[in-house]
Amino acid sequence: MPDATGLELIRQELGDAVLDTVFFRDRATLIVDPPGIRGALEQLRAHGYSFMASLHGVDYYPEEPRLGVIYELLDMRRVDRITVKLRVPSDAPSVESVTEDWPTANHQEREVYDMFGVVFDGHPDLRRILMPEDYEGHPQRRDFPIGGEPVIFTRDEAKWLEARQ
Amino acid sequence: MSAVETPIDGSETTDELLTLNFGPHHPATHGVLRLLVTLQAEVVRDIKPIIGYVHTGIEKTAEDKSYWKVIPIVERMDYLAYYFNAMAYIGAVETLVGVEVPKRAQYLRVIHLELNRIASHLIWLGTSALDLGAVSIFLYCLREREMILDLFECSSGARMHTRYFQVGGVIEDIPASFAPKLREFLAIMPKRADEYGAILNSNEIVLARLRGTCPLDAETLLGLGVTGPLLRAAGNPWDLRKAAPYSSYDDFEFKIPVGTVGDNYDRFAVRLAEIYESVRIIEQALDGLPEGPHITEDRKVALPPRHELATSMEALIHHFKLVTEGFRVPPGEVYNAIESPRGELGCYVRSDGSSKPARVHMRDPSFVNLQALAPMSRGSYIADMIATTAMLDPILGGIDR
Amino acid sequence: MEVKRETLRVQGLNAHQLLRGEELEGANQPAHLEGEDLERYVEERMLTTTLDQAVAWARSNSFFPLAFGLACCAMEQFHAAGPRMDIARFGYEAFRASPRQADLIILAGRVSIKMAPVIRRLYDQMLEPKWAISMGACCSSMGVFNNYALVPADKFMPIDVHVPGCPPRPEALMHGVLKLRKMVQNDPEAGWRERYGAVGTEETLHGA
Repeated sequence: MPDATGLELIRQELGDAVLDTVFFRDRATLIVDPPGIRGALEQLRAHGYSFMASLHGVDYYPEEPRLGVIYELLDMRRVDRITVKLRVPSDAPSVESVTEDWPTANHQEREVYDMFGVVFDGHPDLRRILMPEDYEGHPQRRDFPIGGEPVIFTRDEAKWLEARQ
Repeated sequence: MSAVETPIDGSETTDELLTLNFGPHHPATHGVLRLLVTLQAEVVRDIKPIIGYVHTGIEKTAEDKSYWKVIPIVERMDYLAYYFNAMAYIGAVETLVGVEVPKRAQYLRVIHLELNRIASHLIWLGTSALDLGAVSIFLYCLREREMILDLFECSSGARMHTRYFQVGGVIEDIPASFAPKLREFLAIMPKRADEYGAILNSNEIVLARLRGTCPLDAETLLGLGVTGPLLRAAGNPWDLRKAAPYSSYDDFEFKIPVGTVGDNYDRFAVRLAEIYESVRIIEQALDGLPEGPHITEDRKVALPPRHELATSMEALIHHFKLVTEGFRVPPGEVYNAIESPRGELGCYVRSDGSSKPARVHMRDPSFVNLQALAPMSRGSYIADMIATTAMLDPILGGIDR
Repeated sequence: MEVKRETLRVQGLNAHQLLRGEELEGANQPAHLEGEDLERYVEERMLTTTLDQAVAWARSNSFFPLAFGLACCAMEQFHAAGPRMDIARFGYEAFRASPRQADLIILAGRVSIKMAPVIRRLYDQMLEPKWAISMGACCSSMGVFNNYALVPADKFMPIDVHVPGCPPRPEALMHGVLKLRKMVQNDPEAGWRERYGAVGTEETLHGA
């Protein structure tokens, strides 16, 4: 992890794209403006962070902007990790896709779309990956009910059948 | 054995493309993986994997449970590397809470993790050999795996999904019978691995199917986010146990097997060699196992030992609070990555200050590695694609979560 | 005088008891037989019943399980077929890849909503008589994960034996399979359509 000063230096380099930095438990996070994500990631790649370890989504319900997309970058030469985070509101959840520059983002962006509803512009094949194609709703949003079925045990079967009548 | 580009009689190819569905139920798909394979005669032109057939909503369920209750939920993700799932999640929570893990617990964790690595590689070897046609290897591997599961049962009571790792250490110290049993196993395992190597490496069919098929260079793999034995087979020696050691891995001496060409044979050889290295690590951990507590002394995070409950009021209160509500974690977000048998297993935990996590995301290596299947198999035959899927070691529980 | 086989099965009788003239329970009592009728009746029935028993014995000892594993329970299913807990001792080692050749489907693992129609189609492709074992907690009840993504197997297909556990030990799976074997051995009419009153629900492809 770049230390706190290193993080500030990176922030200065990236300029306006960075909204904020967080240095928590020795881990560095850059909070980036959504339109500038591709440029920011390219600049970080030039810095050495050439491996994208993970791309995942978070739901900050009920704070707005609600949907977050997190990019975990790794510098294999210096064994350094940095996190890039962006947040989009749920009424306009669109982010530019980084699949062209980082091929690993293909399936992972589809998963974020499936689970949170964040639309990645420019993604070659944005469709649901884990849920059935015709599923409605985005399950991992915090206001989506967890679901589940009541479990009918054999000894209670009579009670359930009665209740259904 | 390179890709077939032109038909044998040199004519212009007018073959139409056929899309074949390797449905979710297929003996060679290592779980419920569905592949839409675009074929030109018998040559694979494109593969589209369709997943989600065992999507369990693990991450969503984890938001509903207190932190220690999430451990069994998350264990069931990558169902061959259950200790690793638990370790990644627990590492993230320990970072958030800021709790120290005692040395003995770290060594015990390493022992169990490496045993799990061997067990996972054994199933991989057995099922891959089954795909290639060598049926008896499957039974031999299960024989060794039974020994490992016996060890797990000895230390924690369950064969799979043991809940042995807890936040702050391990749930219980190992019994007295564990060490001798483990030494027996460690004496046998390298010889058995030699047997597997001897059988498979001198088998013409296995060699013909694996050597030179579906290579992919390290650069493309890195772009695709692939880590683990697949990346090491292509020549890049990236291993989180060496690069960013966690849980006392830097106390042990072991080598990282690295391949040269990056074809299926290298992937196979790298995993087989990793079994020997894991045995070495376990030996060193067992020899150097320090005395001490097996879980952190911080009673706000770990359950107090049972004998204290009879005498100490605070212990009783701590026990009650931990079991009913669970411990609270200060707000923050952390991503913690470890080296699982398939690659980088990461866990992202976001906590909002309550006793339940606000978001748990497992970055599963198989999910990301699956993207490499298409570039690897383009231009090869169907049979090579089957071998590649086997060498990719996909675990659908991890892919679908 | 016609005595329905149905009656015999319902009453759990065989011809020997009828010959001894014991009392039958329930509403479906056959008319009282005497003399020649009784002789003929017993001849017909005894042979059929013994043949049925023999067929049931053969069926129960030669399940062809479908090679079908979904998640963690599949690992324990492998171990049930492995060298220590050897399923081949009982004759069930012939795991078939094609559902058309299998008669036992062991649902090993969690059934997601995307997979449920696939499993149903596999089950429909199996030929009668067929049985289903739901292995593990996730497909029997919802198991550890009671959420939006899973479906209990009982919801979309009839299950004969539920094996609890998460995952059940290979010994537990064997126990479940042997329970099924006992069930099949004792029941001369083995097809599930008769058992669940679903005769006439076969799905045919050509609209016949």
